[in-house]
Amino acid sequence: METLLNITIYLPLLGVLGILAAKSDEAIRWIALAVTSVTFAISLPLIFNFDVAGSHIAQYVTETDSLVYGLDIKYIVGLDGLSLLLFMLTTLFGPIVVLSAWTSVKKHVGGFFAMLMLLQTGSLGVFASLDLVVFYVFFELTLIPMYFLIGIWGGADRIKATIKFFLYTLVGSLIMLVALVYVGYNAGAMINDGVFITDWRVLSGMDYQIGLVEQTWLFSAFALAFFIKVPLFPFHTWLPYAHTEAPTAGSVVLAAIMLKMGTYGLIRFCLPLFPNAMVEFAPFIALLAVIGIVYGALVAMVQKDVKKLVAYSSVSHLGFVVLGLFALNSIGVQGAIIQMINHGLSTGALFLIVGMIYDRRHSRMIEDFGGITGIMPVFAVFFLLATFASIGLPGLNGFVGEFLILMGAFTSETIDNIWFAIFATTGVILAAIYMLWMFRRVMFGPVIKEENKKLTDLNAREIGLLIPVMIFIIWIGIRPTHFTQFSEHQVTVLLEQAEEKRANVLEAANPTELPGWASRFYDITPNIAEFSKEDTNE
Amino acid sequence: MELVNDLLLFLPAAIVAVGGLTVMMLDGYKAKSRTIYTTTMAFLSVALVIATYDLFMREPQEIFSGMAGVGGTAAFGTFIVVFGTFFTVILTHDYLIGIKHNFPQVYPLLMFCTFGMIVLATAYDLVTIFVGLETMSICLYALAGIIRDKRLGVESALKYFVMGAFSTGFFLYGITLLYGATGSTSLAEIGAYTDGGLIYWGGVSMLLVAFMFKISAVPFHMWTPDVYTGSPTTITAYMSTAGKTASFVALVLVLDRAMPFITAELTAVFTIIALLTMILGNVVAMVQDNVKRMLAYSSIAHVGYLLVGLAAGSVAGYSAVLFYLLAYTFMNVGAFGVVAYYEKNHDVHFNNVESYAGLGYQHPIMGILLSIFLFSLAGIPISAGFNAKYLVFSAGIEAGLISLVVVGVLASAASAYYYLRVMVFLYFREAKEKVSLMKPRKVYSYSLAFLALLTLYFGVVPGGVTEIIFGYFSESAVAATAP
Repeated sequence: METLLNITIYLPLLGVLGILAAKSDEAIRWIALAVTSVTFAISLPLIFNFDVAGSHIAQYVTETDSLVYGLDIKYIVGLDGLSLLLFMLTTLFGPIVVLSAWTSVKKHVGGFFAMLMLLQTGSLGVFASLDLVVFYVFFELTLIPMYFLIGIWGGADRIKATIKFFLYTLVGSLIMLVALVYVGYNAGAMINDGVFITDWRVLSGMDYQIGLVEQTWLFSAFALAFFIKVPLFPFHTWLPYAHTEAPTAGSVVLAAIMLKMGTYGLIRFCLPLFPNAMVEFAPFIALLAVIGIVYGALVAMVQKDVKKLVAYSSVSHLGFVVLGLFALNSIGVQGAIIQMINHGLSTGALFLIVGMIYDRRHSRMIEDFGGITGIMPVFAVFFLLATFASIGLPGLNGFVGEFLILMGAFTSETIDNIWFAIFATTGVILAAIYMLWMFRRVMFGPVIKEENKKLTDLNAREIGLLIPVMIFIIWIGIRPTHFTQFSEHQVTVLLEQAEEKRANVLEAANPTELPGWASRFYDITPNIAEFSKEDTNE
Repeated sequence: MELVNDLLLFLPAAIVAVGGLTVMMLDGYKAKSRTIYTTTMAFLSVALVIATYDLFMREPQEIFSGMAGVGGTAAFGTFIVVFGTFFTVILTHDYLIGIKHNFPQVYPLLMFCTFGMIVLATAYDLVTIFVGLETMSICLYALAGIIRDKRLGVESALKYFVMGAFSTGFFLYGITLLYGATGSTSLAEIGAYTDGGLIYWGGVSMLLVAFMFKISAVPFHMWTPDVYTGSPTTITAYMSTAGKTASFVALVLVLDRAMPFITAELTAVFTIIALLTMILGNVVAMVQDNVKRMLAYSSIAHVGYLLVGLAAGSVAGYSAVLFYLLAYTFMNVGAFGVVAYYEKNHDVHFNNVESYAGLGYQHPIMGILLSIFLFSLAGIPISAGFNAKYLVFSAGIEAGLISLVVVGVLASAASAYYYLRVMVFLYFREAKEKVSLMKPRKVYSYSLAFLALLTLYFGVVPGGVTEIIFGYFSESAVAATAP
């Protein structure tokens, strides 16, 4: 199984070689489809053999010797409850994305699919790696193919969009790199005989505790990188650009997979490493998340471009995920994890659908459409389903995630204010407004434009690629436990450990050595008795 | 007998020197340029083989009565220099023919220059360093202006010469003062001196000023952009990699052996210089339209990152610097190689980035190679450039220079902008007018592909080399005197 995991990660990379060797565009497409399908097929045993009861321990682990002399940086990959579903989502979207680009990509076909394959390997690596440095490497690696995907195959304003995307993300992740190296040395000095170490399993364990002042800075650095990636308000400005200009396949991968790297990083690294900072920062970040939810929804409402509308709805939906994470109770975090998958499925589906109509009509403006239902009935069914999933209609996947997150936010002790949840709930209502309003203008009413009368309905390829997504949208909606079971145990363990670690760090903190802002921020009241004892000793 | 023995240990340099003399004579007898090129390559291949052998097998020891050394950092420096020269010669041959200025004089000059660099990289004594530095510099002045009918080339040679002579003065004065204070020019004996004093500090600062000039650190960088832009492109690659490596290896050795007791003071100095160099190099590179000039400023920026390693003042820092030099040689020779290829095809001696529009799709291999080299220069993972930066910055963090490292990574993020800009033109913009490129010669593209392969290889498995490099400093004076 260890080998299987590695093959799953690197098979797309091998596919790149096949694509480079291929002679015709047709061959390239088939190679890409074959490689991604096989990747998905061989990733299935990973989920079927997954030990649900032991999900808090990484499974299928590959661990090498140190890669750099004198530093304990090892290549460690494995899957646990946090990463399994996202890993599977990535392999599932592989063939779907390839199919979606089958006819719409006409120039430099080889390059396009090579970049998609590279992106696939990078994304799988991000979710599977259990060493911080290896994680960082894959995290950065996903930037390169996306940069080219947007830059070469994107829309009119693609160059500005792609550079903005690249630089934004790079700045965040480089600052994280500094923090990461600091953590490595700090952990080395504390628990690894002075040797630099970044093994996640060691760092997240109970032995390694970071002091309060350091936690503040390190958390800020890590969180900034992830917030930019998510993106959390006010770091979201690159997203609408990148989404609008990216080709359909790029938008789908960006929405379904790359944005999840941010939220995934928050729960994977920030929570176990910096529990104190996580708790104290939670209200502020929950505030940003709620602002993001409402702001994203309001801006989405006034968009004229369907794709931009979906992009802003992403900002709103990911606000929910962040809110759930920072509720820091098991129901909220659980909801956030399932909502990551949900958002991937429903927003991925919406981008696919927008791409299909764009291929036919070469426009994404809402005003150019109207009455499409009568012309493209099959299309209408899928579009409606995706729209409902995105709104969070009960019985579909979106409801499950949002419901759990709002429950978590209501009962959360860390954010401790139900107004967050109340305002976040308006996001759901607003989502219904902007999505349904858009749907009505595009799909119902009379057919105003002549051009729309000639539109053809979905073909077999397009139906085929949407069906798996729809299956999961309904499946998660009806039987969420089939999916939540994978992370349930680990989330509980993680939260318990974080709480215990937090208490330990607080106990170990010496109020006399802390700077004033830190003791106020972490609410440490100096122990008067100890003070006076020290005084008399001197 | 000892002399013969020492000479045998000093074989790469000896071969290069003899090779230089031979090709000079061939030129004198009006041999064909092709013959001269082949002879040069023959000598360099032998030297490269021996340098590689030395790199892995040779134990560190002193030769020529302690004036120079073999093995250890010396073998490492020699290897990079010979390796860099080897590829420079391949690229230069093609490039000079391409721009129709095929001067065979370039080969003996390159060989003598390489000899100087090897001496510089192996020196254990300030006098030897000076001999190496001057041999290298004089040849470089001539190489910079080798294309005589090009105004920019002549200007750059003259500028380089005047500024170089100036720094030589500083260097000599520094040696004199240090000799006055410590009574020796041997690095080890200077290192044993702990009394300080005005004369000693005067000597140290003069010496460092001269070194900062040679490695083009801010504020002694003024010559770099003009010289790098004006020189033939492949020669620029040579100066910025082999030349810089030799100077840096010598500098590391000087710091490690001759100044172990003042590491803390030097950290402060290097921190400031590194800050200035990183910021200025990156900021100015951002606004360049000429790719060559952009790479010149980027090379200043890279000196800044290297100085972070020196500022760390630890074995980890010095090792990181050496690894960085190796990585930098691969990627920068490669990047300049592709730039030279585009330049000679365009038949314009003007490398405006806008003339690159859409070129990436013609002979895609060259575009892909340039992208790999540029990503590596930007420090994106799975490239040698990332690991190099990683090691340097992590040495900085270990030494507690966190704010310096934060500025460093931000500068590095900024650098991505101008490297990406080249790719924007290569791939994202349509060409205004149709330019058709010549097919690159096999040996040209294979050499570049080999460099790209090494860039990626050391991006994935840097382990072996880092272990070797750490080994060089096992008896380091800095480690011994560290508190």
